[in-house]
Amino acid sequence: MSRGLIDLDFTVNGKAVSLKAPPAERLSEVLRNRLGLKGTKVGCDAGDCGACSVRIDGILTCACMVAAAQTGGRNVTTVEALAENGQLSRLQDAFLEFGAAQCGICTPGMLVSAATLLEQSPAPSREEVEDALSGVLCRCTGYRKIVDAVMHAAEPRSTAETPSAGDAIGAPIRRLDGEPKVTGRDVFAADDAPDGALVVRVIRSPHHHAGFTFGDLEAFVAETPGIVGVLTAKDIPGENRFGVIPPFADQPAFAEDACRFRGEAAAAIVGDAEVMTGLDLSTFPIEWHERPALLTPNAAQKEDAARLHEGRDNNILIKGRVARGDIAQGFADADAVAEGQFETPFVEHAYIEPEAGFARRVGDRIEIHACTQAPHMDREAMAVVLGLAGDQVRIVPTACGGGFGSKLDISLQPYVALAAWKFGRPVRITYTRPESMMSTTKRHPSEITCRVGAASDGRITAFELRGTFNTGAYASWGPTVANRVPVHGSGPYFIPNYEAEATAVHTNCAPSGAFRGFGVPQGAIAQEAVFDDVADRLGIDPLEFRLRNVLTNGQPTVTGQVFEKSVGIGACLEALRPHWSRAGKEAEEYNAANGSGWRAGIGIASCWYGCGNTSLPNPSTIKVGITPDGGVRLHQGAADIGQGANTVITQICADALGVPVHDIEILSADTDITPDCGKTSASRQTFVTGKAAMLAGYDLKRRILRHANVSEHASFSIGGSTLSVDDADATRTIDLRQLPVDPDGYVFVALETYDPPTRPLDENGQGIPYAVFGYGAQIVELRVDMALGKVHLVKITAAHDVGRAINPVLVEGQIEGGCAQGIGMALMEEYVPGRTENLHDYLIPTFGDVPEIQSLIVEVEDEHGPFGAKGLGEHVLIPTAPAILNAIRHATGARIRRLPATPDRVRQAIREAQGTNV
Amino acid sequence: MLAYEQLDFAGDCVMNYARPDGMEDALNLLADRSWVVLAGGTDFYPAQGDRPLTQPIMDISALEQLRGIREDDEYWHIGGLTTWADIAASALPPAFDALKLAAREVGSVQIQNAGTVAGNLCNASPAADGVPPLLVVDAEVELRSASGVRTLPLSEFITGNRKTARRRDELLVSVRAPKASCAGQSHFLKLGSRRYLVISIAMAAVRLQATDAATVASSGIAAGACSEVATRLPALEADIAGAALDASLPGRIGPVHFKDLSPINDIRGTADYRLEAVEELVRRAIGCCVEKL
Ligand SMILES: Cc1cc2nc3c(=O)[nH]c(=O)nc-3n(C[C@H](O)[C@H](O)[C@H](O)COP(=O)(O)OP(=O)(O)OC[C@H]3O[C@@H](n4cnc5c(N)ncnc54)[C@H](O)[C@@H]3O)c2cc1C
Ligand code: FES
Ligand code: FES
Repeated sequence: MSRGLIDLDFTVNGKAVSLKAPPAERLSEVLRNRLGLKGTKVGCDAGDCGACSVRIDGILTCACMVAAAQTGGRNVTTVEALAENGQLSRLQDAFLEFGAAQCGICTPGMLVSAATLLEQSPAPSREEVEDALSGVLCRCTGYRKIVDAVMHAAEPRSTAETPSAGDAIGAPIRRLDGEPKVTGRDVFAADDAPDGALVVRVIRSPHHHAGFTFGDLEAFVAETPGIVGVLTAKDIPGENRFGVIPPFADQPAFAEDACRFRGEAAAAIVGDAEVMTGLDLSTFPIEWHERPALLTPNAAQKEDAARLHEGRDNNILIKGRVARGDIAQGFADADAVAEGQFETPFVEHAYIEPEAGFARRVGDRIEIHACTQAPHMDREAMAVVLGLAGDQVRIVPTACGGGFGSKLDISLQPYVALAAWKFGRPVRITYTRPESMMSTTKRHPSEITCRVGAASDGRITAFELRGTFNTGAYASWGPTVANRVPVHGSGPYFIPNYEAEATAVHTNCAPSGAFRGFGVPQGAIAQEAVFDDVADRLGIDPLEFRLRNVLTNGQPTVTGQVFEKSVGIGACLEALRPHWSRAGKEAEEYNAANGSGWRAGIGIASCWYGCGNTSLPNPSTIKVGITPDGGVRLHQGAADIGQGANTVITQICADALGVPVHDIEILSADTDITPDCGKTSASRQTFVTGKAAMLAGYDLKRRILRHANVSEHASFSIGGSTLSVDDADATRTIDLRQLPVDPDGYVFVALETYDPPTRPLDENGQGIPYAVFGYGAQIVELRVDMALGKVHLVKITAAHDVGRAINPVLVEGQIEGGCAQGIGMALMEEYVPGRTENLHDYLIPTFGDVPEIQSLIVEVEDEHGPFGAKGLGEHVLIPTAPAILNAIRHATGARIRRLPATPDRVRQAIREAQGTNV
Repeated sequence: MLAYEQLDFAGDCVMNYARPDGMEDALNLLADRSWVVLAGGTDFYPAQGDRPLTQPIMDISALEQLRGIREDDEYWHIGGLTTWADIAASALPPAFDALKLAAREVGSVQIQNAGTVAGNLCNASPAADGVPPLLVVDAEVELRSASGVRTLPLSEFITGNRKTARRRDELLVSVRAPKASCAGQSHFLKLGSRRYLVISIAMAAVRLQATDAATVASSGIAAGACSEVATRLPALEADIAGAALDASLPGRIGPVHFKDLSPINDIRGTADYRLEAVEELVRRAIGCCVEKL
């Protein structure tokens, strides 16, 4: 139907427009592609995410479900209409003030929904805001700050904080890259491509495992007008293999003769945009030969199971192990033992921005503009696939609409790059939501057995954990998960006798990779549950039990590492103490006042998490320079995927250098202009890149002072091209324009690298895996509808030791967002290949599913971290799910062993606990 | 008719998109050939995914006369294009409270602003929230074609999972409920795994009418998402007829009343759970009606 175009006249943001479009084209496409209004985002094309929310004659609607023809003569308003004459509306301003935008991909939809509400109800209640905005999903913020922003949008503007030199650290400043996120001008991966770019679409396996044969590809290209060509494995000039951990690289860009999972690419079609959007992919000449599929580790480990990869016997990718002390003796010494088996499913990252990007060939170089968490890793991987030298590949990250681990792996990059390389024209792609969900990495499903023994005084004598992880068809981050789980399996506790093992097993499922916590959250679910059970057997309060076993300075971890300062878990648990007793009392009162229909319960769980790569180098390099006209430029190569690296790294550098943070100009990640800051994962950017930024700031300051020939205690300030240096006795000024300029245009420049000190782990997993751990603990208060098994969360109190809160608002943002993902994991999220490949069936928390979250920021300074800071990003998710499960157990007596705790499973567990299993 | 004279025609010179603003034009076009009907688009577009549109589309959203609620001596009429937001804001009597509650639970504000009652019924999902509340008021659907009008009870209109008795030349122009069945109080409960934007695991709609002696004069009770097509529970309705309208009423409900349901096991819940849950939902919804009466 795309052939017929109609004339369409309507009003957009107060301006009359006339254009031609197919009558049933989605309004979202009309706005984005025909009118260039890219502020309206597309996250699903199915009404599920609300990112495309616009108003038509004032009525809030999803533009992805409105036919172009339906807008004739009507008034459409989009996020672009909110700011007037370049001045942000108070609502937009409030979003910045409250930290309501993290990655920003949901922000336009939120703002348009909120503006609609505020017209009717200028000072809305929390419930009104939740109801009115509930059609928009956010995966980053946990919603609380969005509600706060909307509720305060009627209040007068407050002036944004602009700390002076030396005062940036600890200041809750607004995101430095925030403004474009609230105006709709931020350029996300799908928002930009050169005019006339071709479009590539990928042919993917409809089966979990299938061989394939192509029909006549040449004829297909010749007979389909507008198609430029087809790409298959044969077109790959380099190696048809990539992987985030090079020794394990095993994933082809295009399968060669068989696809090992549903959604794996077999070929791609490249053509003119108009033709490609209307192309029916089922006309592509490929024949699929379905083969038996191994979908669980159990099936895959059977003796006679087919092998997915040569050399990986029993389909085992890798095993990780940590052992310390003597667990047999430890269990013999125990007065009480608790054990359990736990199962968790695939969890989908469900960032609201599906993968997208474009590539273009520039001479003998290729440029890839895409959303990513790891620009330099992308560069290396793409150089291998394209058969180019590393410096022939330029990766330019776009704004990234959420990543959470999955955008560490390459996805679309090979398709756009190969096509652009081969056909010599720019090529773009935007994944559909189902395509994103079926083809990119997931959180590993796990089956974990664990056992804990404790003496009557509550001290843990032994702990054992064995986990099998479904690592999917390719290695991805499977080895990291297998290593991290045994290292972290103890939780932040002192455990003298310990054994933990994790096995990653290949199956014909989507590759499991990195997802906030690399397997540690799955382990914590099992560990924190049996801790509660054993405490219960000993008659010890859960918080008390944890405090008795808490790791302290000077005690060895399960890998034998000893921290002399900086172990912050005790402080976190102590911070929770008053909240724990209040919550316990309230639950008791609730239960006494209410019958057996609803039961209240409270639960607690802790976390620890090592920041940076496990016993592997992971340096970051930061460059900062001063231009002749006095500009301070920070080459900040850490991908900001919403977590706030652009802001935090700059705050750190500002204070180290001694300039006001708002005077620094940020050059964000681009492999041509920013040195390698490693990947945005492993909660390492604030710690590792932040440390490099601190060192670079100090070094630059030293160079300036040395040039001025003053002592290192002197201070300086920059006013235009004049640099003034203040020493004890004198003030000197330097005209920056008189100084020699380096090739990058700097008169002063510093480049510093930091790589955290670690040591390899031996065969028992003993060694120094990380230079820094961060710690945390959370209390969950909830109520359970006993007859229906529905869980209603009341409050989460989260204490996290961040060493030093560089920016408290961003810290809270991470905590709230992490809690929300933990809630999803605990209560609703389950990815089933072939079944829940959309946001209709795959449920993530909405506005109404995240309760009040009280953040308690604990600061136990770290010896390595910049200004004492530790990482935080992944920690925050770990305690939430186990605390929820422990609270369900407290409320109902039912122990949930299989996630998510959907109402049917909770109800079943309640029946079992009550001994009424019909 | 708001025809697309300027519309390019596909190769065989057939109009591929029409947005008539007159009923007669719409029905004549429908009589001519097969069209896919497009109303609020909230089922249509998600089902389309990224496949190209290949069938001719009849966009009925300009048929303003199909939108709105009116009453006559015998019936309440809800136009097919009435949106969920319209329903929620309407002045329908308490027997439609169940429908209004359902309206507020359909997806989100955006979905309620666009999605229509007719779309919900014609899409015929087993989990369609609009069906149980309409069943309890004995709703009928009016189907119009160029050759005339026919009326079918809603219970006969939806014939299976995504199947209806609609002929392809017909439009569902309105839903009507006899006023005799629109007496009393009603309530709707929906169970899902999250707060907003969720498809029902199970749902229940109940309408109770009281006698002067505070007993059940008549009732309509329906369960949704527990069988291919949402259905009334006649055995339960019969059992509570004449019963005292007090706190003991919910206690009269038992598994036997739900034995004809045939829920499925799926990702949202097990079959056993659905049965158990819908019984509890019905019990609670009855309790709410008793309180309101
Ligand atoms: C995110 C999201 C959440 C949702 N949540 C819910 C929910 O909670 N509960 C629920 O029940 N539904 C839900 N839905 C489904 C949908 O919104 C409703 O079914 C809605 O009422 C459909 O109406 P529509 O006008 O948008 O239908 P359309 O998509 O326009 O049409 C739906 C079908 O009905 C046919 N049709 C429409 N009108 C007529 C007519 N007058 N005569 C003949 N045929 C017609 C169309 O041909 C099509 O097959 C949800 C949808 C989305 C996208
Ligand atoms: S893109 Fe329209 S709702 Fe997701
Ligand atoms: S800020 Fe909402 S999705 Fe990222």
